[in-house]
Amino acid sequence: MANIASTTASAGTEVTARALRESVFAGLITLGLFVLFVGLKTDQNIRNELILTQRWGLLAIFVIIAMVGRFLMVAYVQPRLAQRKAEKAAAPEVAKEESFFSRNFSTIAIAALILYPPVIVALTGVQGSLKWVDNFGIQILIYVMLAWGLNIVVGLAGLLDLGYVAFYAVGAYSYALLSTYLGLSFWVLLPVAGLLAACWGVVLGFPVLRLRGDYLAIVTLAFGEIIRLVLINWTEVTKGTFGVSGIAKATLFGIKFDASKDGFAALMGLPISSVYYKIFLFYLILGLCLITAFVTIRMRRMPIGRAWEALREDEIACRSLGINTVTTKLTAFAMGAMFGGIAGSFFAVRQGFVSPESFVFLESAVILAIVVLGGMGSLTGIAIAAIVMIGGTEILRELTFMKLIFGPNFTPELYRMLIFGLAMVVVMVWKPRGFVGSREPTAFLRERKAVSGSFTKEGHG
Amino acid sequence: MALETTTMTMTQDPILKVEHLSMRFGGLMAINDFSFEAYRGDITALIGPNGAGKTTVFNCITGFYKPTMGMITMKQQSGKEYLLERLPDFEITKHAKVARTFQNIRMFSGMTVLENLLVAQHNKLMLASGYTVLGLLGFPAYRQASREATELAKHWLEKASLMDRADDPAGDLPYGAQRRLEIARAMCTGPELLCLDEPAAGLNPRESHALNELLQGIRSDTGTSILLIEHDMSVVMEISDHVVVLEYGQKISDGTPDFVKNDPRVIAAYLGVEDEEVEQVIEQIEEIEGGQGGTKQ
Repeated sequence: MANIASTTASAGTEVTARALRESVFAGLITLGLFVLFVGLKTDQNIRNELILTQRWGLLAIFVIIAMVGRFLMVAYVQPRLAQRKAEKAAAPEVAKEESFFSRNFSTIAIAALILYPPVIVALTGVQGSLKWVDNFGIQILIYVMLAWGLNIVVGLAGLLDLGYVAFYAVGAYSYALLSTYLGLSFWVLLPVAGLLAACWGVVLGFPVLRLRGDYLAIVTLAFGEIIRLVLINWTEVTKGTFGVSGIAKATLFGIKFDASKDGFAALMGLPISSVYYKIFLFYLILGLCLITAFVTIRMRRMPIGRAWEALREDEIACRSLGINTVTTKLTAFAMGAMFGGIAGSFFAVRQGFVSPESFVFLESAVILAIVVLGGMGSLTGIAIAAIVMIGGTEILRELTFMKLIFGPNFTPELYRMLIFGLAMVVVMVWKPRGFVGSREPTAFLRERKAVSGSFTKEGHG
Repeated sequence: MALETTTMTMTQDPILKVEHLSMRFGGLMAINDFSFEAYRGDITALIGPNGAGKTTVFNCITGFYKPTMGMITMKQQSGKEYLLERLPDFEITKHAKVARTFQNIRMFSGMTVLENLLVAQHNKLMLASGYTVLGLLGFPAYRQASREATELAKHWLEKASLMDRADDPAGDLPYGAQRRLEIARAMCTGPELLCLDEPAAGLNPRESHALNELLQGIRSDTGTSILLIEHDMSVVMEISDHVVVLEYGQKISDGTPDFVKNDPRVIAAYLGVEDEEVEQVIEQIEEIEGGQGGTKQ
C-alpha cells in the first residue's frame, strides 16, 4: 500500500520536474523567437531617423505565457488526457441516456433567442441594449442564415461554392435598387430578392455542372468576383463604390419605426429610441432563420434532399438510379442562393446602405468557414460555429481590459484574423468533422442512429 | 446443340437487343461489331477474360458511354421500345427501366441502408411530392407515397437479408452485405432488366451461394430479366440460362452454359492452346461452324 502511494508520489514529482524542464525550454525558445520581433522595435522620428524602442516588458509577458502554458500542459493537461483515454478504453461502451438539455436543444435555443431582446433590455437598459441586440444578435443571425443557406450547397449537395457572397450581394442590391427606383416595400421585395438570387444561382449552376472539386471552387470564386466588379463598374445603376444609401426601412404592418406621430414608439406610448427598430429587425431575422431551418429540415426528408445527399456521396450511383443530376444540382444552387438573397435583402434594410465593399471574397470565406467548422450538413453545429466565429470577433471589441496589459495602443480587433485562423486550426485538429460531425438520418425503421462522420463524404465538388 | 440455340431465338422474346455495337477509345477498339440478345425472364451471363470489354458493353447499355456505332434496343413488357444509345444515363433507369450495379461497389456510404433504398425510389417519390412543392406544404399524398416506398424498401431488405442493418450506415456493412444492398437498391428502381457487374466478386462460397438464391428469387418473383458479368464460373454455370462470351471486344460464343463450356474457342480463350494444337482447334471450330450453318439453312 505504502509502496503504491510512494510510486504515485514519485511519479507525480517526476511529472512536475519534467514539466518544469519543458517550460524552461519553451521559455528559451520563445525568447529566441521573439527577442527581435517583439523585444526590439524600430520607429521613425520626425527627422526620419530610426529609433530603437526596447520592449522588454512585452517580451517578458510572451515568455511567461509560453512557460506557464507549457508547464500546465505537461503537468496537468497531458496526464489528465492520458488518464481519460485509459478510462475510456477500460470502461465498456454504455448507451448514453441523452440528457433533457440535449434532447430539447433546439426548442431551448429558440426560446432563449425569443427571450433574448427583452432580457437584454431589462439588464442593460434601453440604450445599452442597442449594441447587444444589433452587433451580437442581428449580426450573428445574418451569418447563421447565410451559413444555413450555403449548407444546402456545400453541406448537403457537396458542391464547393466559394462565391456564395455573390447571391448575398444580388439580394442586397435587389432590395436597394428596386426600393429606391420603384418604391416597392420591403415585404414585397423580400421574396423577389430571394427569387432573383435563385435565378442567379441557376445561372451560375449551368456552366459549372460539369465541373468538380477544385475546378468548381475556382469558377464559383470567379463568379463572386464578377458580381462584385459589375456592382462597382455599373455606376449608372449601382452608383459604383459609393454604394446605394438611404434605403427605405422595413415597416411592421405599415407602422414605421421613426420619431413621427404615427411611428411605432408614439403608437405604443414608448420613449423614442432606435432600439425598437433593432428589436424588430432581430425578430425578423430570427423568423427568417427559422424558416430557413424549417425548409432545410423538411427538404432533407423529401426526395430532393435525399438526392442532394446522395449526390454528395456518389454522383455516378445517383445517375444509375435514374436521378437527374443536372436538375438536382441546379435546385441545390437555387435553394442556397435564394436564402442568401433573402439574407442579403435583410442586410440592406438593416444597414440602410449597401456598397460593393460588403461583398468581398473574405465574406464568402467566412461563411464557408462557418459551415465547415460547424460540421457540414448539421444546422445546430453551424449555428454554434456562427456564434463562436462572429460573436467571437465582436467580443474582441469589448476586451478593453487588454489595454491594461498590452498598453493603450493595443486594439484587440486587429488580431481578429490571427485568432480566427488559430481557432480554425485548433477546431479542425480537435474535431476534424466540425462541431457536429455526425449525420442525422432522414428516415429510420426501428431507431434513429446518428451516422458517424467517418462514413459521410465531403462531396467531390 | 446448335439446333437448340436457334429454336431458343425463335420462341423467346428478346428484352434487350444489341446490334453491331462498337466502341472506340482513341486508337483502341474496345468492342468490335458485337451483337447479342438477352431474352425476357432469362439470366444472361456475359463472360470473357480480363480486358475483353465486358464492362464497356455494360457502360454502353446503361448510357455511361455513348457507343461509337451500333444500336441497343430495350423492349419492355408493355411492348414499348427504347433505343438506349440515344438516352442519357439517368433516363435509361427512369424510363427504359434498366438498372445496374457496379464492379467496385458504389454505395451512399454516409446514408443508412434504408435511405439508400429510398434514394433509389427518387423519381416515384418526386412525382408524389409534387416536385417537392406539395410535399413541403405537407400534402398527404407524399406521406402516403413515402410510406409505400418504405414498405418496398422493407421488402427488398427482407430479400437481401439486411433487415437488422436497416438503420446502420451503408459504409458500415461488410463487403458481401454491401453487394446485396447494391442489388436491392437497383431493384427498388423497379427495373425490367437488371444489369449486374461482377456481383460475386470478392464473395466467399457461402455468400456467393446466397447471391445465387437472391438472383433466382428476383427472377422468379418479379420476372425481372438479369444480365450479368461474372468471373465466378460456379455462379455463371449454376444460374444462367444463356451465356455470351466476349474476347478482345468480339463475340466468340453464344448459347447455353453447356454449349459454351464445351466450345473449343472458349476453352482456347480462357486456357490458351499449345502451338502444335492450334491447327487442331481451328479445325474443330470450322467443323462446328459448318454444322451450325447447315442447321440454320
